[in-house]
Amino acid sequence: MKGALIAVEGLDGSGKSTQIYLVKRWLELEGHKVFLTEWNSSVVVKSATQKGKKRNLLTPTTFSLIHCTDFADRYERQVLPLLRAGYIVLCDRYAYTAFARDAVRGCDPQWVRNLYSFAVPADVTFFFDLPLEVALGRILSGRPKLKYHEAGMDLGLSSDPVESFRIFQGRIYREYQKIVEEFHPVVVDATQSIEKQQEQVRQIISERIDLAQYRWRIQR
Amino acid sequence: MSPRKFYGTPPPGADPDSLGGKLIVIEGADGSGRSTQIAILNNWLEQNGHATVQVGLRRSTLVSAELEQAKKGNVLARITMSLFYATDFADQLDNIILPALRAGFVVLADRYVYTLMARALVRGCDRPWLESLYGLAVVPDVVFYLKVSPQLLVERNFQKNDCLDYWESGMDIGLSPDMFESFMKYQRLIEREFARMQEQYGFQVIDGNRTVRAIAADLQKRMESVL
Repeated sequence: MKGALIAVEGLDGSGKSTQIYLVKRWLELEGHKVFLTEWNSSVVVKSATQKGKKRNLLTPTTFSLIHCTDFADRYERQVLPLLRAGYIVLCDRYAYTAFARDAVRGCDPQWVRNLYSFAVPADVTFFFDLPLEVALGRILSGRPKLKYHEAGMDLGLSSDPVESFRIFQGRIYREYQKIVEEFHPVVVDATQSIEKQQEQVRQIISERIDLAQYRWRIQR
Repeated sequence: MSPRKFYGTPPPGADPDSLGGKLIVIEGADGSGRSTQIAILNNWLEQNGHATVQVGLRRSTLVSAELEQAKKGNVLARITMSLFYATDFADQLDNIILPALRAGFVVLADRYVYTLMARALVRGCDRPWLESLYGLAVVPDVVFYLKVSPQLLVERNFQKNDCLDYWESGMDIGLSPDMFESFMKYQRLIEREFARMQEQYGFQVIDGNRTVRAIAADLQKRMESVL
């Protein structure tokens, strides 16, 4: 595999999307071949996921499988061919997101790991670690209308979306902590300023990936 | 009631101890007479006082429409396609098969995970990966595999439709640019996978080259020991 795969993980509100976006801008402005893909964004699978969520049709297993289908579609049609073509592929959420969310919904952790075993592991994964209360504060102050599944309402934790979201995110956070112990991603202290975090992220990427080989050969 | 077995890890909430009923699977290629036999079997079961429910591929509320769409467009790669079908299966498992078994129904499955696995294997998917994925499937009480020669399958397919089906001919995997040849090759590959699974999963092989009546009588006789 000629390409390089970089993934970011973390709670909603941890700032990971901002960070990976800045990585993308940095790499492309420096003249590298780079592609960014986001969780749950496959066009083909989207209508099924939306229908399932809207009509509340999903069980823990179908929730897991439909997100894996979405992942696989992006993986087989974009990520893998781009890696083979020598791109740097950036993933806003990768398999750990599924490991954490599906485990919270009651799926067997080993079954979920096997499910995603077709995907190559990322060359570098950053976990943006933010204390639960801070992450909750960011989401709950900025976007008070929580979506049903986002708040984990399907788990029947509480009839109050905000309370449900708190409990759900707390469980996700604990799963992420287990994942950090199991897979040792790069943990970034997400309480730091955006600039400070980005500096750290760029530093680590430069150290671990030979960026020179991902430059466009033809100058545009 | 002894707890129901699953091939691997049961899905969350399955509660194997609560599952009674019967799960009857009929496997076989398109044109093997599956649907006809299921209709006859269903009548026979209801006549004998059994409550039945039927499941089959691409019948889930969740993704059947999207799968139809994807089939037409031919845009999904093999792992994605497998997972899409697995979603369709899991939706029916969680919402129809398991609740029906819990309520003591006889569930008639027009194909099951074996077809899904065979199709994926022929397309190069990883066997242990598929076995783990479909570990969520409940083990049926019986699996009847209607085995029909490829020659007869071709005839029946032409009888039913005007042409061979793109997917049942495996045209997506490029076995041959000639549709007839591709169909024959593809059906043989699928048959080979079924032969491999036969022992592992304990299929009862039914000679599907006989008349509708003869097959139906055979199935009913076998059903008596299942019920």
